[in-house]
Amino acid sequence: MFDTALTSADLIFLAKGAGMTIFVTAISVTIGTALGILFGVIRVQLGAVLATPLTFFLDIFRSVPLLIQLVLANAFMGMVLRLQLSGFTIACMVLSLYTAAYCTEIVRSGIDAVPATTRRAARSLGMSWLQDMRYIVMPLATRVALPSWIGLALGVMKDSALVYVVQVTELLKSTQILITRLQEPLFLLMICGAFYFLISFPLARFGGYLEKRWSND
Amino acid sequence: MIEIQNVHKSFGPLEVLKGIDLTVQRGEVVTIIGGSGSGKSTLLTCINGLEPIDSGKILVDGVEVHAKSTNLNKLRQKIGIVFQQWNAFPHLTVLENVTLAPRKVLGLGKAEAEAIAEKQLKHVGLGEKLTTYPGRLSGGQQQRMAIARALAMSPDYMLFDEVTSALDPQLVGEVLETLKMLAEEGMTMICVTHEMAFARDVSDRVAYFHKGIMAEIGAPDQIFGNPQHPETQKFLASVR
Amino acid sequence: MFGYTFQWDQALARLPKMLDGAVVTMEVAVLSMLIGIAFAILLTLLRLSGSRPLRAVATSWVEIARNTPALFQIYMAHFGIATFGIHLSPFVSLLIGITFNNAGYLAENFRGALKAIPHTQTRAGRSLGMSQLQAFRYIILPQMLRISFLPMTNQMVWAVLMTSLGVTVGMNTDLYGVTQDLNALTFRTFELFAIAAVIFYVITKIITLGARLIAARLFRY
Repeated sequence: MFDTALTSADLIFLAKGAGMTIFVTAISVTIGTALGILFGVIRVQLGAVLATPLTFFLDIFRSVPLLIQLVLANAFMGMVLRLQLSGFTIACMVLSLYTAAYCTEIVRSGIDAVPATTRRAARSLGMSWLQDMRYIVMPLATRVALPSWIGLALGVMKDSALVYVVQVTELLKSTQILITRLQEPLFLLMICGAFYFLISFPLARFGGYLEKRWSND
Repeated sequence: MIEIQNVHKSFGPLEVLKGIDLTVQRGEVVTIIGGSGSGKSTLLTCINGLEPIDSGKILVDGVEVHAKSTNLNKLRQKIGIVFQQWNAFPHLTVLENVTLAPRKVLGLGKAEAEAIAEKQLKHVGLGEKLTTYPGRLSGGQQQRMAIARALAMSPDYMLFDEVTSALDPQLVGEVLETLKMLAEEGMTMICVTHEMAFARDVSDRVAYFHKGIMAEIGAPDQIFGNPQHPETQKFLASVR
Repeated sequence: MFGYTFQWDQALARLPKMLDGAVVTMEVAVLSMLIGIAFAILLTLLRLSGSRPLRAVATSWVEIARNTPALFQIYMAHFGIATFGIHLSPFVSLLIGITFNNAGYLAENFRGALKAIPHTQTRAGRSLGMSQLQAFRYIILPQMLRISFLPMTNQMVWAVLMTSLGVTVGMNTDLYGVTQDLNALTFRTFELFAIAAVIFYVITKIITLGARLIAARLFRY
């Protein structure tokens, strides 16, 4: 059907790139979310004023291009600290902090969405702060935060395309390499785009569905 | 003249207008009273073509409202309508709210439109609020602005759909005063209302709607003093 | 302390060139936003239209823009279009890519904003004799833009950060591109990119603070 020089070896090469994309995304989102929950709770407990240093620090990750963050982290680790870290490690470190920066805000608004009256009721029943957090706040906050979190995770997957700059061969870079060799940019890019789209679109729709469903309760 | 001829309308399986016949002459004030779901508000939105009808005809000065060939935008210049929710345009000042349609629909120049707007706003008692944003006005003031906004188009007919129902009791009076004034000036009006005293004072004719039919229509004294139809009697007894 | 001597003065000497790059970055970002907003309004109208094919085209644009990487979109603009014999400059490819992305995200923001506007606003406008288009233009659109102001600001920040992707299609006159060239010259990677990071940060802050000021002045009601 298509007149292409694409071999099965090339397809495997692309699949490896796709695997790397997913791998980097999964690790970064997991660590980033854990950090995000931690920072989010801290942020809520400290309040806006006291949490300013934390907010300021995290804000940097949202105000500087990801490419620069990766390059800087790479330069810092390699040239300044003289640590020989793999590109993969650096990519995960940077993406995790990047995820955490956005996740903190999502967690914060999730927790804030739990009415203070509900929390007061829990404490009045004798629950400790931790129990209140675990049984009351977290379930309710998760409901509010989940759609946004899905959006964030998908965003990180799309942004993972940038880790080529620290020598991680993810999907888009793999596609680029094939394009240089095979000179079939449109065809290869469409395959690449389809991969991202087929993962992102259904999950994004699902997130939207959850948002609608839970807002009616 | 507005002619409503055997109009039927349903929303899905529910028939809300079951053959309404009504003619309103120029200069007449007709008030429509009745319980909820009797079809009164629906009738108004059919008159200016916001809602389609299933059968029958509505003619405004001989023009059939729901004919395919009718230019509804042009027709609506002749028919002003004020709703229960005043629907102020929040991003425009009071003056801008009123000049918008004259400028964009009638094509009037800024100065001319503002002169007309000022006149109508003073007419309804909002002369001091021209540069205020509607968000800062009370419900009664916003409703009067909505009336001025409709009047600025120099309509031949004004339709009022329960314009005081969403207002706090103390604000109702100022709006009813405005309506009374318009009636005295000779505006042709069809008012759907729950305000019985107002209906009695101001109308030339009062129509009682019950479950999609016009059960009775007549002069206010006759309807309120000596209602013929059993449903009218029941309704009036319940609101006393 | 570190096994590395920081040489800030060498890097700082390059600051003027980097600031020139920052100007180009802003040019791309601002253009991509202006054109992007225009297209987003068009997409919004198309999505509301009664025509199925038009709605499908608009929805495809929005969903592709939001579900694929921005870098992919820039590649498509540059390499994809090149397969049809049209060779665009890096500047134009970058601009097209970012604009495509902006339009998609903004259209979705606009859709959310429209949901917040009661349909009775349109009804009031039509009752005054306005056509559907007039009602949209004078009543709905201004309110939609006001509600979307914050998301639009965020998108502007995104656009500025996205310009750094221009290097992948050969762009070297924007801030990132300039920094990369200087790096190849001097190898002061950390210092140079740290300075670039600071410049981006300052630009971002100016945009968000400026937006807050504009909002306070414009939306006085």
